[in-house]
Parts: sequence; C-alpha cells; structure tokens
Amino acid sequence: MSLNPASSGSQPPTLSRSNLTYHVYRLLNQPEKILGLLCLAVLSFLVLVPLFEIIHDALVYQSYDLAYRPEAKVGSFTLFHLERVFTGPLSRALFLKPLFNSVAVGVCVTVLGVGIGSGLAWLMVRTNIRFKGVFGALVVVPYMMPSWVLALAWLSLFKNDRIGGAEGMFTSFFGVQPPDWVSYGFFPIVICLALHYYAYGYLLMSGALATVDSELEEAGAIAGMNRRQRLWRITFPLLLPALGSAVVLTFIRILGTFGTPALLGLPVRFFTFSTQIYASLNARNSGDAFVLALVLIVMAITFIWINSRVIGIRRSFVTLTGKGFRQREISLGVWCWPATIAVGLFLAVTVVLPLLILLWESLVITPGDYTLQGLTAHFWIGESDPDLAYGEPGVLLSPGILTALWNSIKLGVMAAVCNGLLGLMVGYAAVRGRGTLLARWLEGVAFAPYIFPSIALGAIYIGMFSAPWGPLPALYGTFTILVLITVVKNLPFTSRTGIAAMLQIDKSLEETARVQGIGWFRRMAKIIIPMSSSGLTAGMLLTFITATRELSLIILLLSPANMVLTGLIFNYNEQDMTQHSGAVTLFLVLIIVGANVLVRLLTGGGGLQGLRHT
Amino acid sequence: MEEIHLTGIRKSYGKEIAVRHLDLTVTPGAFLTILGPSGCGKTTTLRVIAGLEEPEAGEIRFGDRLIFSRQKGVIVPPESRNLGLIFQSYALWPHMTVERNITLGLKQMGLNARETAERLEVALEKVQMKPYQLRYPSELSGGQQQRVALARMIASRSSILLMDEPLSNLDAKLRTEMRGELKRLHRDLEATTVYVTHDQIEALTLSDIVVVMDKGVVKQQGTPYEIYHHPANLFVADFIGDPGINRFSGTISRKNGTVGLDCGDLWLPVPGDPPANAGELIATVRPESIKVSPEAREGWLRGTLESVQPKGSDTILQVRTENNSITLLQPGFIRMDLGDPLWVDFDSESLNFFDVESENNLLS
Repeated sequence: MSLNPASSGSQPPTLSRSNLTYHVYRLLNQPEKILGLLCLAVLSFLVLVPLFEIIHDALVYQSYDLAYRPEAKVGSFTLFHLERVFTGPLSRALFLKPLFNSVAVGVCVTVLGVGIGSGLAWLMVRTNIRFKGVFGALVVVPYMMPSWVLALAWLSLFKNDRIGGAEGMFTSFFGVQPPDWVSYGFFPIVICLALHYYAYGYLLMSGALATVDSELEEAGAIAGMNRRQRLWRITFPLLLPALGSAVVLTFIRILGTFGTPALLGLPVRFFTFSTQIYASLNARNSGDAFVLALVLIVMAITFIWINSRVIGIRRSFVTLTGKGFRQREISLGVWCWPATIAVGLFLAVTVVLPLLILLWESLVITPGDYTLQGLTAHFWIGESDPDLAYGEPGVLLSPGILTALWNSIKLGVMAAVCNGLLGLMVGYAAVRGRGTLLARWLEGVAFAPYIFPSIALGAIYIGMFSAPWGPLPALYGTFTILVLITVVKNLPFTSRTGIAAMLQIDKSLEETARVQGIGWFRRMAKIIIPMSSSGLTAGMLLTFITATRELSLIILLLSPANMVLTGLIFNYNEQDMTQHSGAVTLFLVLIIVGANVLVRLLTGGGGLQGLRHT
Repeated sequence: MEEIHLTGIRKSYGKEIAVRHLDLTVTPGAFLTILGPSGCGKTTTLRVIAGLEEPEAGEIRFGDRLIFSRQKGVIVPPESRNLGLIFQSYALWPHMTVERNITLGLKQMGLNARETAERLEVALEKVQMKPYQLRYPSELSGGQQQRVALARMIASRSSILLMDEPLSNLDAKLRTEMRGELKRLHRDLEATTVYVTHDQIEALTLSDIVVVMDKGVVKQQGTPYEIYHHPANLFVADFIGDPGINRFSGTISRKNGTVGLDCGDLWLPVPGDPPANAGELIATVRPESIKVSPEAREGWLRGTLESVQPKGSDTILQVRTENNSITLLQPGFIRMDLGDPLWVDFDSESLNFFDVESENNLLS
C-alpha cells in the first residue's frame, strides 16, 4: 500500500450491515468454500469428535469400574484405566502380552507377506514367467476375500480336540491330532494372515516395478556393475518408497485385524490387541478397551510418521516420465517352468484350496465326517431339522441368513453411494480450493480414518453412539451406525479417488460454464459429475466390495437387528456350526467376486488398479 | 457494444502481488490487447474482469453497470456478467458434442429451440465448422477445437469478449491464419474485446490499443504504432520487437554546436533540449531502422560483420564496431562472409532516448 498512496480502496471497509450481506453474497459465489466448510464440519464430527470422545472416556470412571472402586463417581476424572492397563497387576495380561503378540504377529506377517508379494511382483512384472494373465487375475483374489476365509479353512483342516466339537479333516484322514501350535495361536495366525496380506505387497511393488525403467539398470551394466550390484544399488533403492508403504500398510492393517486372531487365537486364549479390545468391550469394560485402542492409534501414527520421514523424501524417485521408457523381460531360462509351477501351486493353495475346503465343509452332514457317504446338500437347501444344526434351515432357506444377505448388500450399496458422493464433494472442495487452509484441513481430516485401526474405530463408535449425541439419537445396534462407520473408514480411499478424478478436470472447463451463466448445481450435473463418473463408479464398486467383506470394523457394532453376513459367519463359527459358516462364506465370496467382475466390466479391466490406492 | 472501465484494481495471491494498481478503460467496440511476459498480471486482469478472481480493491464497470466495487460492497458473479470468454486450453467439454458444447449455455439463457438452433447455425457458419456439428472434441484437431471454442463464444452474442492467449496452443502456420480470422470476426461482431497474449506479433497485428504490463503494473498504453515506435520506457522498448532493439549508453556532449550522445565511436544527435542534469542517457534504435552499405560512405560508421542469420524474407546481421555491437534487420536473403567490413548509419528520427535512472523516454 505504501507503494501506492493513490490506491483508493486499500483501507479495509468498516463492518456494516451492507458489508455483512456483501460477505454472505460473496461466499455464496464460492461454492467450493461452502462445500468445503460443510464437508469439514461433517467429517470433523464423524472423525475427530470420536477421537476426543474415547480420550475422554479413557480418562473418566465408567460404571464397570464401580466394582473395583465403589467410592468412585461415574464420569469423574481418573487415571484408573491407565494404571490398570500400564502398571497394575493386570497389565501383563491386558497390555503387555497382547502388545507382544500383536507386534510379533505384525512383524512376522509383514516380513512374510511383503516378501511373498514382492517376489511374486518381480516374477510377474519383470520375468518371462508363463500364464501371466491367469496368475495376474488370481493373485489379487485373496485381497478381495475377507481376510479370515483362510482362517476358517484352516480350522476345517487342522482343528483338534482342544476346544470340543468335531475335529478337522487332518484328524479325520490321518487319525492323528495336530498339535495345538498347528491348530491355534501364533503359527496359524501368521500363516493365514500372510497368505492374505501378501496382496498389498504385490499390488504396491508390482506398481513400482512397472515404473522402473530398464534403461536405468542397463546404464548400471554399462558402468560395470554386475547383476547383484545392479539389483542392490539401482533397482532396490528405487523400489524403497513402495516397499516402505507396503510394510507400513500391511503392519497397520494387521494391528487392527480382528477376524483371524479371533478365530484362531481365542480358543487358546492367545490375545492380540484387537481381540483384547473385543474381550474388554464384551466385558463392558470400555475404559480399558479405549486405552488399548488409543495405544493402537498411537502405534499406527508412529509408523506412518517414521515411514514418511525415512522414505517419504525419496518418493519422487519413482516417477513415470513417459519418455524413453522401456522395460525388458528377464529370461528365467531353465527356471521358467519350475517358477511357473511354484507360483501356480502357491495360488492353488491360497486361493482355490480354501474355497474347496469350505465347500466340502458345507456339504458334510456330521461335522468331522469327511467321507463321501456323509455328503449332503442339507445345509444349503434343507428344511429346518431339529436334529441338525439346532434346527437351522439351509442357507438358501434361512430367513436369518437371507436378512443378513440383504443387510450386507444394503450396507455395501449405501456405503458405496455415500462414499461416492462424499468423495466427489471432498474432491471438489479440496481441488478447487487447493492451497487454502480449508482445503488442507479437509484433506487431512478425510485422511485421518486411515490411522485408526478398524477395531479401534469400532470401539470409538460404540463409545460415541451408545447414547444420544448432539442431534443424533443413540445409534448402537442400528443399521445406520454400520453405514456411518463403513463410510468413515473408506473415506481416505474415496476422497483420494475424488481428488484424483477432480484433478483431471481442468478448472477452465467449469469456468467457461460459469461465464456462460450456468449455475453451480447445473455445472455439477452437466460437467463435473459426468466427467468424473468413471473414476467414481470404480471407487464406489470397490467400496461395495470392502463394505460387504468387512468384519473387524463392525464386529463390535453388530446386533441381531443389523446382522450382516460376515458377522453371521463369525457367530456360526463360535457356535461350531461349521457347515453353515462354510456355506455362508462361499455365498459371500460369490457376491464379492461378482461385484468385482462388474467393476472390471465397467472400467474396462482397470478396476483392480484402483486397489493400489487403498 | 459496451465500455469496460477498471479503476484502482489490486489483486494479490498471498504475498505475491499480481496486479498492483490498474486503471484501464476499453472504449466500446475496441480491440484491446494486454501484452506482457508471463507473470506480469495480464491473465489475472482478464480473470478479474470475468469475475473468476476477486480483486482486493478497485471498481469495475461495464458501461453504466457497476459490476464490482470493494467499497460499495457490490459483486456481480461471473454467471451474471454476460461475457464471452475463451481460454488458452479452449475448455471444450470433452463429454459433449460440438453442438452440445455450444447450446448448453444458450439453453441457460432461456432461448427457445428455434432461437438456439439459429444461433448455433450462425456461429458454426462463422467459423466454418458446420460439418463437424456432431463430433466430440477429441475427434477434432487443435485448430478445429479452437474454432468450436470461438463458435461457443460467438453464439453467446455477448457485447464483451475476453480471450486468454487463444492462439498459443496452435502451430505457427495455423496461428497466422487464425489471427486473420480473429481480426475479421472482431469487425463482424463489433464487441468490446480484451485479448491477453505474450506474443507481440498478435498484439501489434490485432489491436486498436495495446497495454504493456510488467510485474503487475501498466508500462505503456497506446496504439500499436506508438508502442512500437515511441516506447514510453526501456522495458517496452526491450520487450517489443524481434530481433530486440539496439541500446547504446553514452554521455551528453556538444559537438559543432549541436547536442548529442557520445557513445564511443558513435555520436547520436539529441533533438530538443536535454535535461540539464542528464549526464548519461540510453539511446535505442530498431534493427530495421539502421542503414547499411558494403562500401565506405562519408560519415558512416565502419564495422565488421560478426554473424548472419537469414530468415528467408529478411536477414539478421550482427555488426561489431570499435566500441559497440549493433543488430540489423535487412530485407531479403543476404549472403555475406563473416569478417567483411560494413558501414552503418542511423536516422535521427528513429532514435529514442531514455533516462538512466527512471528508464523513461525523454522524447515522449
């Protein structure tokens, strides 16, 4: 201003009524700002408030605590839960052992899973291995299935007499009980999780490998490096960012995973953090559960932070330049066929075999009797028979199951639609407002659910919605809360899809319409939504898939009134109704695979590429 | 036809000032070009007029209509400003046919089907794109897309047209062709036009008035002739013209009773009375205003040829004298050997003199 004393309008106008209307009017002409504020308010409520809520609940007396501290007043401040969890006599069982178990499982699964995934990625992307098309389609199937399908199959195979009920196929065929460490606990949990979560490593690493220009390696060869030096000095450093993301992603997912450790760990009282939270909540001891959930969140944040500090700086290394890009296949020579057979066997064991086992399981009339004479279709199509499975009718006739099926589909569709709309709005507000504080906050809040391990988020939502909160009624046990939490959990993914879609629409396309007098709603309807529809549709169908296979996230929130297929499977398994759990699982897998086929058809085969961003 | 009137416009992005203090009047029906290097604030000015950016201070009027005033608390949104706007990227909606691209805005204006069809027809006719009516933008070449964008603007029949570097994505040949068409169109439509470009040829060929901007400030406003021949300051002198203008620094001295600028082996007569305190000045002369001869001539300056760059229709020569380096533009395809002696001379009319401190032209 000092540069331009002549400037007339430089002094800030005084606040007057007309000035106020001016500001309101001005805001109305910046739809991205209104939308951004709206989204930020809603998301803050759904994401940040719950976080404060559990911090609060962890620091005040709950009614459960009166058993230990009769003099305490419910709702008054206390460090009681912190003491109990971290220093008290129960700390070992409540905190240290689950912590140790979670970390041990996490580290082993991450090493194993990322190792397998990276190896497969290298074979598929860089070598001349055969059947790439078939393998490429099969290799990501475990990702689509619920993570605990393998655990169910494992139980069918290796269940022993430890927990009563019928024994598994292994005993039935060989007449020998598998030892406990094979049937339950650490070992099977690690194997089952690794055989599921290798898909993350595979997707991220194959994506990164595909962007490494072979010329970089050839330049190394010309500089006199041998094959090993090239791998370690050139290829590996370039892949490091992707590897880091794969490790962190896998580790965080495993910290929050519930199904597998519950199925395979609870029978032998092998607790991880997630199952301990579940147990504490089941015992109505929410204070302890929230402290544990907070520990999980802190661990997740720490890992993301370390990853971004150590590796994030180099992220720019792996970029597609689009120029001079060439990739050469490495010939495996005599190892081509052995490698092909090994990969084929691996995929058969991890993808096909579990489903076959579950199919067989669903067809035996007496649990534990795996002979051909014992096969029946009763559990699929049979009428209610009081002698079999507590009189529960076959899967296709049971009203309970059909309701759960309907609920699962409803959950998937509603979550997909809500996420699609929210992703669109967040994307619009964040991209149009790029550079503003509002946009940064919005992106940050939309990303926040990423750091909540699923089970912890579930715990938060129980805490928050078990009583009326603000304008909302108590949502516990309702269907709404399932939709709400699924939408929130998928938010980081969908908002990124939305942002990516919006970045592809140049600002000028909308401005042209603006100048021609076309208002915001029409611009959205005629330009923004049609132009971003393909990306959003893919994102929505992927949300559908994640929503229908979800267990960890919603297990704490399920009740008979809002039961979905995944919860039903878990319950059947707890009641040792293995035929039903097998049959319903197959049913669920069928729906998910069907939805995925739909994604592929609609996006021209690119559907699974989107998974890389989850 | 409407007048555009900007007063005291200021716009900044954070700490960066895009437009410092702009007063600008575009007379009804005029073709005004804002010319300047990238980052000079020209596109910001256009976007401010369109309403896509909101200035921190100032006032905008279209004719009698107050469009924006920070002080009076008036802001008319871009939707209601009734403008035609064309972007560098053409901004055609890729999911709509040429026809839909043009009619979407017309339907918004509440035109009935017959009027819409008629306007579509006329607009497409004007840019000779009738046969491509049902194509999608991706099925058109760059030049054709440009024409569709033009047609869309024409169809709006706005009395004010804004164009943001509309030709810069075209190849050189097409650009020349479209330049001619734009000029013809402007005559047909009689709309007040503001055109933004960094290309001086477009500015000089198309405009009634050229506004040269730098770092958010107007450096000169005038007809193309004034801008080219009487630059108001050194920035404009340097920015306009290709090859660039010749600059000579020297000190004021008297020789044979006349005042002149002493630049070593060059002595340039200064018309009028130079300021008393002006010890040093900078003189400029356009490369094409320098006369050249291969033979020695009385009173001409001797130099040697340093480089020859024939462009086809004309040739750029670089001549080195004892104290100066001079760029010349001569018609025709000249073939000469480097190191040849040359004699050059100046027309005193083609000289401009600038103050060293203020960099302003002392003659204007």
